[in-house]
Amino acid sequence: MADKIVVSNIKKSFVANSEILPVVAGVSLTVANGEFVAIVGPSGCGKSTLMKIIAGFEPTDEGQVLIDGVVRKKPNPNGILISQHGSVFPWLSVQQNLMFGLIGTEHGDKAELADHYAALVGLKGFENSYPHELSGGMLKRVELARALAVKPEVLYMDEPFSALDALMSLRMRTELRRVLEEERHTVLLITHDVDEAIQLADRILVLSTRPSTIQATFAVPFAHPRKLSSPEAQALKEAILRELGV
Amino acid sequence: MRAKELLPSLAVLSLLIALWWVIVIETNSAIFPTPLQVVTATWELVEDGSLWQHIGSSLFRVGTGFLLAVCTAIPLGLWLGRVDGAYITLNPIFQILRPISPIAWIPIAILWFGVGNASPIFLIFIASVFPLIVQTAAGVHTIERRYLRAAENFGVSRYQLFRQVIIPAVLPEIIVGMRISLGVAWLVVVAAEMIALRSGLGYLIMDSRNAGNRYDLVVAAMIIIGVIGLFLDGLMRLLEKLKTIRWRYGR
Repeated sequence: MADKIVVSNIKKSFVANSEILPVVAGVSLTVANGEFVAIVGPSGCGKSTLMKIIAGFEPTDEGQVLIDGVVRKKPNPNGILISQHGSVFPWLSVQQNLMFGLIGTEHGDKAELADHYAALVGLKGFENSYPHELSGGMLKRVELARALAVKPEVLYMDEPFSALDALMSLRMRTELRRVLEEERHTVLLITHDVDEAIQLADRILVLSTRPSTIQATFAVPFAHPRKLSSPEAQALKEAILRELGV
Repeated sequence: MRAKELLPSLAVLSLLIALWWVIVIETNSAIFPTPLQVVTATWELVEDGSLWQHIGSSLFRVGTGFLLAVCTAIPLGLWLGRVDGAYITLNPIFQILRPISPIAWIPIAILWFGVGNASPIFLIFIASVFPLIVQTAAGVHTIERRYLRAAENFGVSRYQLFRQVIIPAVLPEIIVGMRISLGVAWLVVVAAEMIALRSGLGYLIMDSRNAGNRYDLVVAAMIIIGVIGLFLDGLMRLLEKLKTIRWRYGR
């Protein structure tokens, strides 16, 4: 598989109270085409900053991000970011939200395409609802469908399900896996939930505390659908938690 | 439910009217009218048709000035909200102009526009344009970053950014701004009409006083002004019920 994302030696510092605060200290990683990579790290370790840099929302101080061999400086529709707080537009209906990114004429019947993705994530019948009428889990589905509708090559997910309750979060993982079986995407997931990473990813990178570097890499060789209770998965979880110092 | 909520207000209002009546009779006031005299005076205006003429003139002036202000303030406010350079440059100027009472502009309005309809329209424009500009720009500034990020991520055009993100996001603020502006506009038209002109509710008040101390007409006009102001505010409140802005007011 060809490398989709190549991140080389990214560094980022912020200035707070005239003190330089290094947040990301030299992170390099690659994500192969179609691969699902999860980055786990403790809260406040600079995961989100790293994600914003890779997705193109923040400039890096040093190093560079290559997507398909091209330097990434700005966000674009080839890589859609789904973040913790969500960004479904509350003033647009579900269908209008799903049609938001469908620009130009190459998408054919936009409403039909939007409805197709609504059905794919289990939103059939809610096309004309407004976000304030939906639950948190439903909103995540809208967010996911809106991203999938533009057929992005990469999905950047920054703790996408952490605002949901445990049960709904579990359900959304299964849903995401099911959707990814139907439409193959390269995914970069950031999470502090080791279970989530093991259930979803092909490979897991463990980030150190701030300033963050990549501390360890684990392959996840289990077939889907995965049972987190299997002895192999439990052993992997313990190994990752040990790296995180828990 | 609605009628029940109104009941306490109506009770206090009746009490006030009763108190007014008693005091006027007890003090044997020769000039200050009783509520009944005010009602009779109002009926007099209705019968000779001049009431509708006065209300029409005032509403026409408010409507024109307010519409001009809306057409100016919304584009300007959106621009100021989006372009930091423009905001930094122009905001201090608006902040200086805004606290100047529209009444203070009356001499200048007369100088520039004479005593026709243009003067009060100009004053209403001045009064209502600044709150709306400030409110619109502030609304743009409070749009949450995550929505702007999403729009940037999907690579939408400037036109789509304005039409589908910025304008709907700011609409609730704009409607609040319009309510404030229209309230101020109505306040000002009455004051502006007291100075000159030959029609309008403000003119009616000054003319009734000058033409033989007709305080029954003065109070009648005051009450009509209040009722119309309430009605205009109710009209603006209807806008808050629009489906596209209901998201702002929770579930």
